[in-house]
Amino acid sequence: MTQHAKVVIVGSGPAGLTAAIYSARANLAPIVIEGEPSSTSDQPGGQLMLTTEIENFPGFIDGIMGPELMMNFRSQAQRFGTTYRTAKASRVDFTNKPFKIWTNDVDSQEPQYTADSVIISTGARSLMLNLEDETRLIGHGVSTCATCDGFFFRGKDIAVVGGGDSAIEEAIFLTKFANTVTIIHRRKELRASKIMQDRAFANPKIRFHWDAEVVKLHGKEQLEGVTVRDTVTGAESSLEITGLFVAIGHVPNTDIFKGQIEMEETGYIVTKNGTYTNIDGVFACGDVQDHTYRQAITAAGSGCMAAIDVERWLESQHHGS
Amino acid sequence: MARIEKLNDSSFDEWVKASEVPVLVDFWAEWCGPCKMIAPILEEIADERDGVINIAKLNVDDSLDIARRYEVMSIPTLILFKDGEPVRRIVGAKPKGSLLKELDAVLQ
Repeated sequence: MTQHAKVVIVGSGPAGLTAAIYSARANLAPIVIEGEPSSTSDQPGGQLMLTTEIENFPGFIDGIMGPELMMNFRSQAQRFGTTYRTAKASRVDFTNKPFKIWTNDVDSQEPQYTADSVIISTGARSLMLNLEDETRLIGHGVSTCATCDGFFFRGKDIAVVGGGDSAIEEAIFLTKFANTVTIIHRRKELRASKIMQDRAFANPKIRFHWDAEVVKLHGKEQLEGVTVRDTVTGAESSLEITGLFVAIGHVPNTDIFKGQIEMEETGYIVTKNGTYTNIDGVFACGDVQDHTYRQAITAAGSGCMAAIDVERWLESQHHGS
Repeated sequence: MARIEKLNDSSFDEWVKASEVPVLVDFWAEWCGPCKMIAPILEEIADERDGVINIAKLNVDDSLDIARRYEVMSIPTLILFKDGEPVRRIVGAKPKGSLLKELDAVLQ
């Protein structure tokens, strides 16, 4: 059966849930298609579900845990009349109004939802190495969630791949448990912010493997080590580790919108004049359209903008007809 | 409502062995976001499969010995025990439909 809404919000991170709070308070009764449980960032609540303490979200003097913050966002939006659907949007059709959205069952003729307006807030997900055996070793040494799995590496030698803020944050977090954490980075310097770099360099448990990339994983049942290639000389060496955490960057979750909406080559949705996309009535906010700031607070801010844009746009449609 | 038993290092063996139906043990911790996402799903499954399966939780923070014995290195991990022996392991949070599919395949 198809259900109609004035606004359907696809995605439930800080952007989507802030859009829900604002549009629910504007009596738009939004439906949020929040995603499905997973151990990657592609889940209800988004990337913050895989973090621990958030120190820089305004209003929380002593910080707040990522999952707790997202549960709060969710309850707050629910209080004003948001409806949640624990499902993944699998297909959209923006060619005609009302817009059509399918969840899970791509082949069904009738969409599960139709909407006067759509807010896209599907965020971004972490890139993996795409190495042979990587998927097989997830949960057996290869981890997609440092906060979930760091605990099991007490006293072990482990590695983090990447050189940005996420990689350094994970490495520092993991030193709470591990014996040593080797940061494997393909350049000679980190991309991470100065404050994170200073913390990393000052941490006696952190080591650096510069100009290096992981090219092979070893281990039958559990990860036992990796082969590392020098990005300058091409020389290969091996590193004995029992844990590998990957933080090499993000890609926007826009696969289902391909061909339906204007995107950059990298897959990020193009927004103009706030959160407007090239499709009249479809708006985008949060990391799905932002590869520059990528913060919880900027995502939330743009979610608020999207809700206000939607409210004004719906009003203008009403007056026009 | 079917009850979800809270197990620890000392109660685990006896309880899992004593169960007349297969037991699904959820290895979890307070600090794990994906664990929180699947908790309500497990409660639903406990109700819907009442009498077919018992569901129990084991907090790895308090009961690391049992988690180590079954080489849990990532949470949530769900292990299904039949006659006290592990027969299926599901690593990582999954939607309800996928969990039921994996469980029902073994339960039948």
